[in-house]
Amino acid sequence: MASTVIPANQAQAPAPKLNYLNNGHSLKSWLLTTDHKRIAVLYLISVTVFFFLGGFFAMLIRLELLTPQGDLMQADTYNKVFTMHGMIMVFFFLIPVVPAVLGNFLIPIMIGAKDLAFPRINLLSWYLYMVGGIMISHVMLTGGVDTGWTFYSPFSTEYTNTKIVEAGLAAFMAGFSSIFTGLNFIVTIHRMRAPGLTWNRLPLFVWANYATSIIMILGTPVVAITIVLVAVERLFHLGIFDPRLGGDPLLFQHLFWFYSHPAVYIMILPSMGVISELITCFSRKRVFGYNFVALSSIAIAVIGFLVWAHHMFVAGISLYAAMIFSFLTFFVGVPSAVKVFNWTATLYRGSITYATPMLYAFGFIGLFTIGGLTGLFLATLGIDVHVTDTYFVVAHFHYVMVGGVLMGYLGGMHFWWPKISGRMYPEGWAKLSALFVFVGFNLTFFPQFILGYVGMPRRYWQYPPEFQVLNVLSTAGSSVLAVGYLLPMIYFLWSLKYGPIAPANPWGAAGLEWKTTSPPPTFNFDETPVVTWEAYNYDEIPAPKELEGPGER
Amino acid sequence: MSDSQATTSQATMEHEAHNPALLHHFADAQQQKNAASLGMWLFLVTEIMFFGGMFCAYLVYRLAHFNAFAAASQQLSIWMGATNTAVLIISSVTVVLAVKAAEAGKRKVLVGYLVVTVLLGMTFLVIKGFEYREKFEKHHVPGATFKFTDTFDDNGKQIPVNPKEAELFFSLYFAMTGMHALHMIIGCGLFSVLAVFAWKGHYSPGYFTPIENAGLYWHLVDIIWIYLFPLLYLISRHS
Repeated sequence: MASTVIPANQAQAPAPKLNYLNNGHSLKSWLLTTDHKRIAVLYLISVTVFFFLGGFFAMLIRLELLTPQGDLMQADTYNKVFTMHGMIMVFFFLIPVVPAVLGNFLIPIMIGAKDLAFPRINLLSWYLYMVGGIMISHVMLTGGVDTGWTFYSPFSTEYTNTKIVEAGLAAFMAGFSSIFTGLNFIVTIHRMRAPGLTWNRLPLFVWANYATSIIMILGTPVVAITIVLVAVERLFHLGIFDPRLGGDPLLFQHLFWFYSHPAVYIMILPSMGVISELITCFSRKRVFGYNFVALSSIAIAVIGFLVWAHHMFVAGISLYAAMIFSFLTFFVGVPSAVKVFNWTATLYRGSITYATPMLYAFGFIGLFTIGGLTGLFLATLGIDVHVTDTYFVVAHFHYVMVGGVLMGYLGGMHFWWPKISGRMYPEGWAKLSALFVFVGFNLTFFPQFILGYVGMPRRYWQYPPEFQVLNVLSTAGSSVLAVGYLLPMIYFLWSLKYGPIAPANPWGAAGLEWKTTSPPPTFNFDETPVVTWEAYNYDEIPAPKELEGPGER
Repeated sequence: MSDSQATTSQATMEHEAHNPALLHHFADAQQQKNAASLGMWLFLVTEIMFFGGMFCAYLVYRLAHFNAFAAASQQLSIWMGATNTAVLIISSVTVVLAVKAAEAGKRKVLVGYLVVTVLLGMTFLVIKGFEYREKFEKHHVPGATFKFTDTFDDNGKQIPVNPKEAELFFSLYFAMTGMHALHMIIGCGLFSVLAVFAWKGHYSPGYFTPIENAGLYWHLVDIIWIYLFPLLYLISRHS
């Protein structure tokens, strides 16, 4: 069928099957596509742009903090720089990255569907994201915002004269993009599974995205209305959070963190789903305790909604409320620990190979464990009072949000790159970049735990000279980290042209996405698959030759 | 779309074999209907959470400043509020009748009920507009010109009230009714489009999911008003 359109110079190559990438080349065929895989690629490009933009601001912060004096920028500029870093990374990178790129691409294929339930709403999500992205870029170019990404009232509602409303609406747009993504995922997972694919046979990545979607649709509307209330307070002088009218700025913090704490689980849960896929594939073993790993995602989503006030222990909430939220914060550690223990148990007597995705998975387990356990430090009321608003908190949430999410994302990108692009990435360079990311990350953020513990507050552009050594280490680490992040972008792009052609299943992995071609055809499968096997039936799948591990089978 | 022309086989064949309203990625019409319906219910959940933020703020402030809220509430026009409540309840009935007509395949009846629903929605908005005008005239709009001196209850008893807290009440009043009115406007637009589509014969007894789903939206917006009315208008009016 396709043979008539093959140009002469490609005729000797294996006949390129019609797939989602070569099915239409015009700009319109991309910008008006309703194919979930193409939308995933659109997201991939846009989140990458915002990631490097956010990273640019991160580098500005680290450069300013290289010396104790405020020499690179003034306090005002510094406030705007860390606000932009936070807003872009949180709303335009971390929240959409794994669901909108990998989830969008993989969920329909993993469940044997032709597309998400609402393909046009899926495209609308991307456009909303882009509108938000353009607005935040406009804010960035025309003066910025200086409240931090948290928009705390009354500073945001009364005092600052920076572009709060526009920045808030940018976050609002990104929020609605994520609501529609979550809604699409839930409906798709409920209604579009292939025959035989019961809930207990779903890949854990799908379970994780299902849990994420629940948080997206329950949490995001609350922050949306909070942003609207801040906007009307500024625009129409309504006084919802204004203490002069008897309003309560603490109410803002409650409403904000009601979403923004669960948002951390929006970021980490899909990455955890990726890690479950990687660990089981490269151990060539069924995941240990499938049901526990699957349901721990749901448990994290549910309990994660009940912990928000741990951001406000020193903000004046009642002692009893603080004690309950402290307990619940410890409690949410249980399902997270279930995941870590089960991954470790999956490794036990597994036939492990150290391919790049697996290196990232190991990195994830290490960094997430540190990030998670220091979260328990912060859940302890006494310690929290000591380290609130210090670099200890900064280090903690970067270990989870950057160490965790990015390790999962990069691991997943390497794992599924052959499926997405139809090409293999260069393994040697990939291993090098994994090493750079791991070393650079720890060098950047581990010193910040110490800095915070000895008393360096966050969000200041200057610091006493005795903190300089650790800050220099951190800045040096961030440069290594930047190289680690730039490398994959370069060799992924390189592999598009020069990478070896990927087979349908280069890893010998389980899962429906490996049963279709690389890259998949527009409707994913030539005929709807019927699933008659359990998830991760690795004892029935032969390992590819080059991945034969040294361990016992 | 240009890119899908190249993909011959499956999709096209399914399109030809089935209902023209069936999209290519669904196995059958029932799956498509179930997906649309679940999607709509989930969207309503997000709407409830969206308004939930404001209801939460209302609850907190009403408990903290009850007297001021009661006094400010007495200044709302209960008759306009009650009329609007009646208008919306009737409009919910016309929506149900519209869905019924769609189910029975009565095109003209369907269009009629959709148009009546839009008209009732607009009636609500006009009455709401008059209410807002009254607030401007009485300086009950929060901001620099806000004044609140009406601190006597219906029996002429003085209520000890901080006018600033009354301003908080009116802030919530405008935020909540304003957001509700915005949803009404969207609803009117939605039903106008549906009326045009229905006139052109897009819907049949086998396919009227958009009417059903828009109906769900309209009912939710009604229900929100049914909560707003007692919470805003009827504070301490039980004497």
